Amino acid sequence: MTVTQTDTKSDVDAPAPVEKEHLRRLLATGERPAPPSAFASARAFAWRSMLKIKHVPEQLGDILVFPIIMLLMFTYLFGGAIAGGTGEYLQFLLPGIMVMSIVMTTIYTGMSVNIDINKGVSDRFRTLPIWRAAPMVGYLLADMFRYAAAGAIMFGTGMVMGYRPEGGAVGVLLGVGLLLVFCFAFSWVWTWLGLITRSEKTVMSISMSILFPMTFLSNVMVDPATMPGWLRPVVENTPISQLVDGVRGLFDGNVDSVSVLTTLIWSAGFVAVFGFLTIRAYNRK
Amino acid sequence: MSQRDLAIRAEGLVKHFKDVKAVDGVDLEVPAGTVYGVLGPNGAGKTTTVRILATLLRPDAGTATVFGRDLHTDAAAVRSQVSLTGQYASLDEDLTGVENLVLLSRLYGYAKPAARERAADLLEAFGLSAAAGKQVKAYSGGMRRRLDIAASIIVTPKLLFLDEPTTGLDPRSRNQVWDVVRTIVAEGTTVLLTTQYLEEADQLAGRIAVIDTGKVIAEGTPGELKSSVGAGSIRVRLHHADQREHAQKVLSGALAVEVALDDDPVALTASLAPGLDTAEQGSHVLGELARAGILVDDFSLGQPSLDEVFLALTNRVDA
Repeated sequence: MTVTQTDTKSDVDAPAPVEKEHLRRLLATGERPAPPSAFASARAFAWRSMLKIKHVPEQLGDILVFPIIMLLMFTYLFGGAIAGGTGEYLQFLLPGIMVMSIVMTTIYTGMSVNIDINKGVSDRFRTLPIWRAAPMVGYLLADMFRYAAAGAIMFGTGMVMGYRPEGGAVGVLLGVGLLLVFCFAFSWVWTWLGLITRSEKTVMSISMSILFPMTFLSNVMVDPATMPGWLRPVVENTPISQLVDGVRGLFDGNVDSVSVLTTLIWSAGFVAVFGFLTIRAYNRK
Repeated sequence: MSQRDLAIRAEGLVKHFKDVKAVDGVDLEVPAGTVYGVLGPNGAGKTTTVRILATLLRPDAGTATVFGRDLHTDAAAVRSQVSLTGQYASLDEDLTGVENLVLLSRLYGYAKPAARERAADLLEAFGLSAAAGKQVKAYSGGMRRRLDIAASIIVTPKLLFLDEPTTGLDPRSRNQVWDVVRTIVAEGTTVLLTTQYLEEADQLAGRIAVIDTGKVIAEGTPGELKSSVGAGSIRVRLHHADQREHAQKVLSGALAVEVALDDDPVALTASLAPGLDTAEQGSHVLGELARAGILVDDFSLGQPSLDEVFLALTNRVDA
């Protein structure tokens, strides 16, 4: 009885024999398609990233649930104390908390890059004749989808809670677009970190110790006008505060073009510096 | 040998990790269109050498060309001619077998429908169609190995690196991998294969480099290497352990060599002197044992093991 069961199992598990004639034909075709363009190879990696979400949907959980928790927690916990009412506070908080929670999830990109580089699959990618940045850009493209989904969920939750954007649909779309541009650019910090650190845990702890002060020392939760004089100029000029000003202006229909422009300049800077460092680290691995 | 007939020419490759000299001056000349075996124990520097040659690691010193293209200055051209099947499966374990092959086919430039077709064809040729939709993490070692090799020939490479392709596989899977390697080289691809097993190198490789502590300590055809070490050995397992000393005397008398007692309490091994006919010696010894009334459970005539080749070679270097 036991023997029969074992036999059945091994029959299912054992692969069929290799078909040598078929293999010979496949080898003999000698097809050599033209190498893919930079964009096509990045798109293939983005597809891979989406497949991973399909196979391991749990990974989407933290990314979508975390922003909602942040939004509910800060609105109802601090709203009364900071703004004298949760409704008014939500109107101020929503764009900022959206920036904060989505920027915080950018660290997952660095962790994914680090996990890949420590596995054999990365050796294969690195011996392919493709654009060297493609695996990282592929991750970032798929992440744009995740960020947009997180943004939509936060916005929807905010509307249910009573948030009303004065800037209308166009303002909201432009605001989220600006946020995505910044996240794409800022993620290069983490791809670089992912390549130069030993484990994903290191990536996590280093990036958290940068992101926590960076997102809290900002205008996300409170107006910098309430801060001590020495702190105010520092807080007002961080890239996060500039981004929040830009997004908030677009959402509120009160566009702050200086902040939008400053954010775009910061973004270009991140791509230039950390994109370069990332590719250099990738080539040196 | 002219530059054109060489798949790989490496001179003085050196790679250190902290204080460890992983590769310490490796020279290689690999003729095109053959299987070249790199033989050595764990930690000898085989994988590091392969990683340098596959453009994954930059050597600290030394130069190498693949089909005449320099590894360092012309890495992109090298990459378009080589494929690597690493020691640990170079696949995405979260993805299914077919998704892995479609992804890589896309990265080799196939359009989506053609990529799907190529992936399905390869899965079928490698006997993996039934497992195509399963995540690779659920594959057995043998299946992973096959999928990994399939991924390496999506576009037929001119040079294929196989880093310990059969380590950890059962004999059936191992034989299948050997068949695949023979088919690949018959179609004109050069294969550089690393292995810990002399038998594997013997079965597949036209030439072998023996590597130890980051250096090539011997190079030649399998026959040359074996004859340089000795004619092989005779191993006997006795029916009664108490006959072992008697058997030792009989054997050393018959063969005129020293006979070693194995750790196994019923076994003993005689290394044959080079130049004698191994088969003849075997029959002769078996007769002598029978005459002495010694009962034999198992009798084997073997080529030198990796241990023997290896010990002999390292001793010679030391002397």
